[in-house]
Amino acid sequence: MSLFTMTGLVLKSLFRKPFTHRYPFEPRVPVPGMRGAVAVDLSTCIFCGLCVRKCPTQALEVDRAAKRWTIDRLRCISCGACVEACPKKCLRLTTDHGVAVVTRDREVFEHA
Amino acid sequence: MANRTIIPFGPQHPVLPEPIHLDLVVEDEKVIEAIPSIGFIHRGLERLVEKKDFQEFVFVAERICGICSFIHGQTYCQGVETIMKIDVPARARYLRTIWGELSRIHSHLLWLGLMADSFGFESLFMHAWRVRERVLDVIEATTGGRVIFGTCKVGGVRRDIDAAAMTRLLEQVKEVERETREIVNVFTNDGTVKHRLCGVGRLSHEEAYALGCVGPTLRACGWALDSRTLGYAAFNELEFKPIARTEGDCYARTVLRCDEIFQSADLIRQAAAKLPAGEIATKVTGNPDGEFFARVEQPRGEVIYYIKGNGTKNLQRFRVRTPTFANIPALVKTLQGCDLADVPILVLTIDPCISCTER
Repeated sequence: MSLFTMTGLVLKSLFRKPFTHRYPFEPRVPVPGMRGAVAVDLSTCIFCGLCVRKCPTQALEVDRAAKRWTIDRLRCISCGACVEACPKKCLRLTTDHGVAVVTRDREVFEHA
Repeated sequence: MANRTIIPFGPQHPVLPEPIHLDLVVEDEKVIEAIPSIGFIHRGLERLVEKKDFQEFVFVAERICGICSFIHGQTYCQGVETIMKIDVPARARYLRTIWGELSRIHSHLLWLGLMADSFGFESLFMHAWRVRERVLDVIEATTGGRVIFGTCKVGGVRRDIDAAAMTRLLEQVKEVERETREIVNVFTNDGTVKHRLCGVGRLSHEEAYALGCVGPTLRACGWALDSRTLGYAAFNELEFKPIARTEGDCYARTVLRCDEIFQSADLIRQAAAKLPAGEIATKVTGNPDGEFFARVEQPRGEVIYYIKGNGTKNLQRFRVRTPTFANIPALVKTLQGCDLADVPILVLTIDPCISCTER
């Protein structure tokens, strides 16, 4: 029966810098390819509504007449189905989670 | 004869990651009988097939469980692909294997941490999760998600791993293996750990089979049964032999999972070496019509998906038999006659995933 099998590991950790990120003081380095918040570039959007059809959580709405694209951030699961469906490639997933949402309002993007 | 007392255990208990309730009938310090009840987190996901179209449903299937999420998505896709007779490209099959094994490594490391926590070894728990964090980073870099991979789809996968990313992945896997070895040494050799695990919750060779155990719980009792030998995804082209142990106690189940981490790392290396070039997905046309039982090995054991389509875009019936559900009879059996202090260890030893079980 062996004891003190953990000692080496403990001593090593004692003299090593913390494994965790010092989060609020050290910002998190974004991972390329991470599925973050959905971002839209309305200058190329043709308001075809394919993203709305592909969205598994019905988070998106498109108004072709008013040239308006809206998203319910609380419903979006960042799956990227809309990004894959977009024929003009005007949708993308950012590498951060975006700002925290505190109300149930939809985020509205309007074509200028 | 001592008085019998019923002690409620769960659904909220420090050792339980998820809610399961057990009524423990106790005589002094011995548990005479355990009566489980589940149903605290039923979400009705199976019925959702009537609302979601079969390709969208992959996202729901992945969310059945937070730990083996990728394998849930994979099993669902395999079932639908078999019904629709879709030939999945070889590269997609290999990528599924790699991600499946990565999720097995992170699940086993998570479990090792929880196990250490259940016998009160807090620092070992932290170290196991420290290593797991490295696996999650690899998963995030290759799939874009840390827990919900979201890369499986009917007909293939949604993301590719390029050569540079694969090299980084293999380096990280090597590092994970090195760090896991330090932790595994404590689990397998430390006197205090062995004192808590050896001989506790023993299941005999026959009992394990008769009670319908799956996964590591079954393999720790001497049955080398693993659904990966069915050869789904790329397993028929890889060198794979299930690990089995004969003791059948908590120690055997712990060491078995430790060994499986290294086996998974080896499978990832094999798959990466053989990874064929080519497409990662085929185009899916039409709707599923027919029924199929898909069987895939999850970290906790064999999961069974029953999928029935009727030619419309919604499936007609969908049913999941998860490994935890199959292991609950074994848990109830091992709890009979155990010490009250061993209950947390025994509950964790089957690696309960209640969210999976209740869907």
